[in-house]
Amino acid sequence: MRVVWSILAKDLLLEWRERARTLSVVLFAVVTLLLFSFALGPDVEALRAGTPGFLVLALLLSSTLALNESFRIEREDRALEGLLMRPVGSMAMFYAKALANALLLTLLAPVVVGLAVVLYSLEVGPPALAGLVGCWALGAAGLAAPGTLYAAMTSRLKTQDVALPILLFPLVVPVLLGSVKAMDLVLFGDAMNQLQSWVSLLLAFDVIYWAVCGVLFRYAVEEGE
Amino acid sequence: MNVRRSLAIAGLLLLVVGTYMGLFVAPPERHMGEVQRIMYVHVPSAWNAMLLYTFAFGFAIASLWSGKPEWDDRLVGAVEVAVVLNALLLVQGSIWGRATWGVWWDWDVRLTTSLVMLLLFAGVLTLRRMASAERRAQWSAVATIVAFVDVPLVYYCVRWWRSLHQIQSSPETVDPAMVIPLRLNAIGILLLGVAWLMARAAIEKARRRRDEAPLPSRVIVKETAHA
Repeated sequence: MRVVWSILAKDLLLEWRERARTLSVVLFAVVTLLLFSFALGPDVEALRAGTPGFLVLALLLSSTLALNESFRIEREDRALEGLLMRPVGSMAMFYAKALANALLLTLLAPVVVGLAVVLYSLEVGPPALAGLVGCWALGAAGLAAPGTLYAAMTSRLKTQDVALPILLFPLVVPVLLGSVKAMDLVLFGDAMNQLQSWVSLLLAFDVIYWAVCGVLFRYAVEEGE
Repeated sequence: MNVRRSLAIAGLLLLVVGTYMGLFVAPPERHMGEVQRIMYVHVPSAWNAMLLYTFAFGFAIASLWSGKPEWDDRLVGAVEVAVVLNALLLVQGSIWGRATWGVWWDWDVRLTTSLVMLLLFAGVLTLRRMASAERRAQWSAVATIVAFVDVPLVYYCVRWWRSLHQIQSSPETVDPAMVIPLRLNAIGILLLGVAWLMARAAIEKARRRRDEAPLPSRVIVKETAHA
């Protein structure tokens, strides 16, 4: 556990020192949200109805940027090889990297959700805002686990930028569906008490993939036989 | 006669007999009429795609567990055959959907998840093509295991979410004249699929051996001369 915290602290410190990189992910999410709005036109009602989808797509698209970056810095100066040569379990390394990615993606929520509230004239109170951020965090956790595993592999490829979305996007369809549905229910009411089912789906996805990817990570980073 | 060829011939025979029975012997379905006969290839394609994805999952675990390249040869065979069956499943489903629902595509959960499954395993094959030879087996196995977690979603989503698909029928509720061609085709496609898997694994093994073998002297001479 101490190793997880050490690597996590190292990753967060790096993010803090290279704030421009973190900021670029935030800006990318904001620009994506704006582009969706322009694509749909100035109809405020339509924009409001599409808010959950826009938010989750902004999260999904920004995640590839953040995940690719998280391993690019490990590849520079062969830092990952250095880490692997130390008595650090690959599982601990996975959980530290995945936690750092999940945290970074969750930190986008206040900015992007806040912008959506202003742009789409959403009338939401603090409980609904907390609900939106909660759904975002569950979605971010669902993206971070398989995303970290796949980014560890694709970061070694010349086609890294293409390979990660090809692998990750189909896999996280349940995350996308679950987050969009849950946000929709938080924003526009939950007359049929469906929110719990969608949140359970997101939680189940998160638990399964955080466990499976933790076990498989060593095969993604270590050399073959 | 070797096992692979025997399996392929037996599978082909069963498929021909099953398809003949499905087209000319089985009665038409009461509500959908003649178009329902596509079921005799659609349902076996679905069953066998699922089964071969399950084989691939087993091969992936064996590959990581043992590190033996033979499991990776079988893995690529299973994934490729399953992807082809998955693609056929979607095409057949689309044709059936047009005739019964009036649309080529519907965002029905099982249809959508089948498409997602195809994309997932096509991703595994893409990653395989991009990976270097030393990492190919491990990465293919990892990506297959991660993708396979999606497969139970396909099977059970008919119960989890509302769906246009009917709940699975049991043989007791289906006319025996319909059950027999369905089963013959299912076994026929399975045998053909396994024969194809074995052929593909043999090709992969030969390719691996070729890549591991030292370069022939004429190639080295040619490259040196070129340099």
